[in-house]
Amino acid sequence: MLRHVAALSRLELKLFFRQPRAAFFTLVFPLLLVLVFGSVYGGATLPGTTLRAIDYMLPGYIGMIIGTTGLMTIPGWVSTYREQGIFRRLRVTPTSPVVLLISQGVVGLTTLTLGTLLLFVTARVAFGAHVPASVLFSTAAILLGAASMFAFGGMVAAVAGSARTAQAVGMVIYFPMLFLSGALLPRQMMPLGVRRVSDLLPLSYVNELIGGGWLDGAWKTTASLVLVGVLGVTGAIAARKFRWE
Amino acid sequence: MDVVVDVEHLGKSYGSLRAVDDVTFQVHRGEIFGILGPNGAGKTTTIECLIGLRRPDQGTLRVLGLDPALAGPGLQRRIGVQLQSAALQDRIKVREAVALFSTLYDVPDRTEPLLREWGLWDRRDAAFGDLSGGQRQRLFITLALLNEPELVVLDELTTGLDPGARRATWDLIRSIQRRGATVLLVTHSMEEAESLCDRVAIIDRGRVRALGAPAELVGSGRTATRVRFTEPAGFSLALLEGVRGAERVTRDGAGVLVEGDGPLLVYVAERLARLPDPPVDLRSERSTLEETFLSLVGETKES
Repeated sequence: MLRHVAALSRLELKLFFRQPRAAFFTLVFPLLLVLVFGSVYGGATLPGTTLRAIDYMLPGYIGMIIGTTGLMTIPGWVSTYREQGIFRRLRVTPTSPVVLLISQGVVGLTTLTLGTLLLFVTARVAFGAHVPASVLFSTAAILLGAASMFAFGGMVAAVAGSARTAQAVGMVIYFPMLFLSGALLPRQMMPLGVRRVSDLLPLSYVNELIGGGWLDGAWKTTASLVLVGVLGVTGAIAARKFRWE
Repeated sequence: MDVVVDVEHLGKSYGSLRAVDDVTFQVHRGEIFGILGPNGAGKTTTIECLIGLRRPDQGTLRVLGLDPALAGPGLQRRIGVQLQSAALQDRIKVREAVALFSTLYDVPDRTEPLLREWGLWDRRDAAFGDLSGGQRQRLFITLALLNEPELVVLDELTTGLDPGARRATWDLIRSIQRRGATVLLVTHSMEEAESLCDRVAIIDRGRVRALGAPAELVGSGRTATRVRFTEPAGFSLALLEGVRGAERVTRDGAGVLVEGDGPLLVYVAERLARLPDPPVDLRSERSTLEETFLSLVGETKES
């Protein structure tokens, strides 16, 4: 079983890099953002804080990679593999197609780690960004955030009938969430009404949790509980509704 | 005889649709057994039950002595399967697919000899999505055989292939049989069944309508043999009265058609030899499996 997961994960990782679109949005796009916005206003101090913009950006962009992977890449993979009959082929081998799902999770985590490291090293070298205040809390926050968003994406793939629908639904959920969750713009700068909406979005709590660990060295308990809830509920729906074919 | 697949009174419904109603057949070790039927007859559902993809709601199934619904990996290790509407990742390379499946089946990686054997070595670095239909089928066969299975299940293997690739695939299937494996072949092509299969089950609307060697089945529907000739001078239908094996004698345009069974041509020729000017174009047509099939399927549609 472990050998199967390892073999499939290695292969799926190779396939990921042969797919320019997913690799671009996960690895290159956040890097472009940090380079462009970092050089425009990276050194500016956020109003009412001592934070420099470049430091604020990092946790948000990590949240963006998590969102892209969870809500776009994962529903795309799962629904396409179902539609093309790749799960069907694996069902008639001695291994279970669950191995393929696990390996896609492994690939998601690997590319997320890679994206995060690229982002951090670039921001540090180019703009002197701070190291995370708490590496432990930041890592835990990234992992919990990733687990909850991957489960959310799994639910989208399980509920949507076709690959087209899954990808469209993923995008419709993801893009507003990206702009309203504080991943790109500080939530403090949003009008109250927009913040109310932002409070309803799971990705907001991913950003809050990562930001807490990264900037303040703190564990945001409420945000973490919300994400555990998101993980539990969407994971359960994904497992209940999931079909191999 | 050694029974590899034993299906008794198999039934499977999807909601109100009775996909398989009552299917019984046995496949013997070493034969090429065909399941033949029109689209929607229940062929694919039958084999999906056999390979453990679906749970039947009635009947008993034994594949290599195992219950497919319960056997899991123990069965998958001993069979090889090529499925309709199954695929590999678009960007996976041919050699990567063989290496991956070798790992999944826990067998030694013999990518190079296998790909050479199946004529895919030159395409080893091609992505699955770039392969032609025939190359994809050869890759599927390679994957279905790499665990040296005792039973190989092939679902609509040649559908969508051009005639040349079809014949090449038939040769591949015969070579699977020569290795000692049993082949269960699903097809809707009579020609394929007639040319490849030792025995055939004709399935229509969820039931087995006929079962046996293609040569035995031919004629089990309606008349098996037809004799035709152009009507010569001095001929009357009375001349053929009481010919052995003849069931019907009719005028058919400028010719005469005798329908019946057995060595009809011989007996008809014997009568015609009495004429001063016998026909030069006397000929016999055996009915094909296709006609048998159509007559069987046609009958069940009418009833």
